[in-house]
Amino acid sequence: MSQIAFWGAVELGLVYAFVAVGVFLAFRVLDFPDLTVDGSFPLGAAVTAVLIIAGVNPWLAAAVAMVAGAAAGIVTALLNVRFRILNLLASILTMIALFSVNLRVMGKPNVALINADTMLSPFYGLGLRDFYVRPLFVGILVLVAVVIVWRFLESDAGLAMRATGANARMARAQGVDTSRQIYLGMAISNALVAFGGALFAQTNGFADVTSGVGTIVVGLAAVIIGETLFGARGILIALAGCVLGSILYRIAIQLALSTDMLGLQASDLNFVTAALVTVALVLPRLRRRGAA
Amino acid sequence: MISVKNINVVFGKGTPLQKQALNGVSLTIEQGSFVTVIGSNGAGKSTLLGVLAGDVLPSEGEVTIGHTDVTRKGTASRAGLVARVFQDPLAGSCGTLSIEENLALAARRGESRGLTPALGAKRREHFRERIAELNLGLENRLGDRMDLLSGGQRQAVSLVMATLAGSEVLLLDEHTAALDPGMAEFVMNLTQKIVTERKLTTMMVTHSMRQALDYGHRTIMLHGGEIVLDVAGDSRKTLQVEDLIAMFRRIRGQTLDDDALLIG
Repeated sequence: MSQIAFWGAVELGLVYAFVAVGVFLAFRVLDFPDLTVDGSFPLGAAVTAVLIIAGVNPWLAAAVAMVAGAAAGIVTALLNVRFRILNLLASILTMIALFSVNLRVMGKPNVALINADTMLSPFYGLGLRDFYVRPLFVGILVLVAVVIVWRFLESDAGLAMRATGANARMARAQGVDTSRQIYLGMAISNALVAFGGALFAQTNGFADVTSGVGTIVVGLAAVIIGETLFGARGILIALAGCVLGSILYRIAIQLALSTDMLGLQASDLNFVTAALVTVALVLPRLRRRGAA
Repeated sequence: MISVKNINVVFGKGTPLQKQALNGVSLTIEQGSFVTVIGSNGAGKSTLLGVLAGDVLPSEGEVTIGHTDVTRKGTASRAGLVARVFQDPLAGSCGTLSIEENLALAARRGESRGLTPALGAKRREHFRERIAELNLGLENRLGDRMDLLSGGQRQAVSLVMATLAGSEVLLLDEHTAALDPGMAEFVMNLTQKIVTERKLTTMMVTHSMRQALDYGHRTIMLHGGEIVLDVAGDSRKTLQVEDLIAMFRRIRGQTLDDDALLIG
């Protein structure tokens, strides 16, 4: 693997770290299997791309993307909490609807951001080569996000959210409005995913309506790889696991695809992903059996 | 003080499985009083507890806790008034959170929850002191996950959790039923100590007639959604478990038209 390919994989892993942390919030903290992310990731990309082309400040564009993502999460929560639709199905409905929404937002399936100003523009040409600048820049944002989510989850408010996912009945007995926690958690989760989409558009120079396919699997892969490596040892470790899992996943994919020996090609990506997640899921079980 | 007036609870209304779980129940429990509740399965004990906790909203009647009318308030919005220990040791706490996180959660029961770190040094110290009082050695394991504790340890911690924040009433839902006899006794002694020290208005549902008569100031027996026995004071002191069993038999054997015979 060339150096450029390696840092490219790290960069993509860091972009998807936002997805991983969002998926962690939904799946692990709230125990809400949320497929909305397949729609909110390209939604973030679409909103950012369209706004940047319209001349809006790229940071502001990313912020709006987060709001749009949060709104998507709230819709899923509404379908589940208010209308009692099964959580998984509620998220699938939002995801399907978002495909059309994203096409409307962009007006076409693909928007290019060539030569447009992005959040990264000021940092190019400061002496560091572009393929270092991007992962460094995204990495710093990931660090900030992880610290914020960590502090939140260890606060009184965050504890209420974790209790909602762990034992909703107990949470209510402690005065936690569990419905509100689901709205809030789904909003934060999808806002993070949409921000990942916004970064994806800005680092890759385009937004594409199909770029969301499989987002959930990639996010889940990162979460599970992280858990396999670090185990369950507190919130900060779990969040770090998500980030590292996301990077390792991208490197593994890059390795698998760039090794001619295996005879794999880019179109095999989804199969490789499924195989990787399966291995990550089965490994801990095998290890436990070995220990017993 | 707790006041329940003419409570009716019907489950599955309009279906073939319709069941009148509580039938015009009225009950007043004075401030600081410890009431035990017995009754066979389906008598309405859990429903009565649920009505007080907010899990069950009555179709008719009024519920007042302290000075607040809570008839239409759900569990979460009346949590500041109601502390509770569940029958299932797993139900009253979060297994995947640490002991101290569970305590932090309970310490803010019924209050708003902001972005303050849940486990500041001051709170930690407070939790350590309260848990040390249990003499179970758990004060050195505050960072351990709750699901590493035994059922009895979890119930003991749950009792501490119930008293970290103030409340108008403590509801105990057969909280020793899932424990081995030794641990059940430990938890009951602890309950007695906490209730007496803090002068808590308490309602304890139990399957054990022994417990029902040994603890508290007043005993209520429910049957078919109605209160069929309500004893306190001297008449309760002379009451034996055998008397209760005899009463139980009679109620089961007879229809309830002559329940006047049973009261008194």
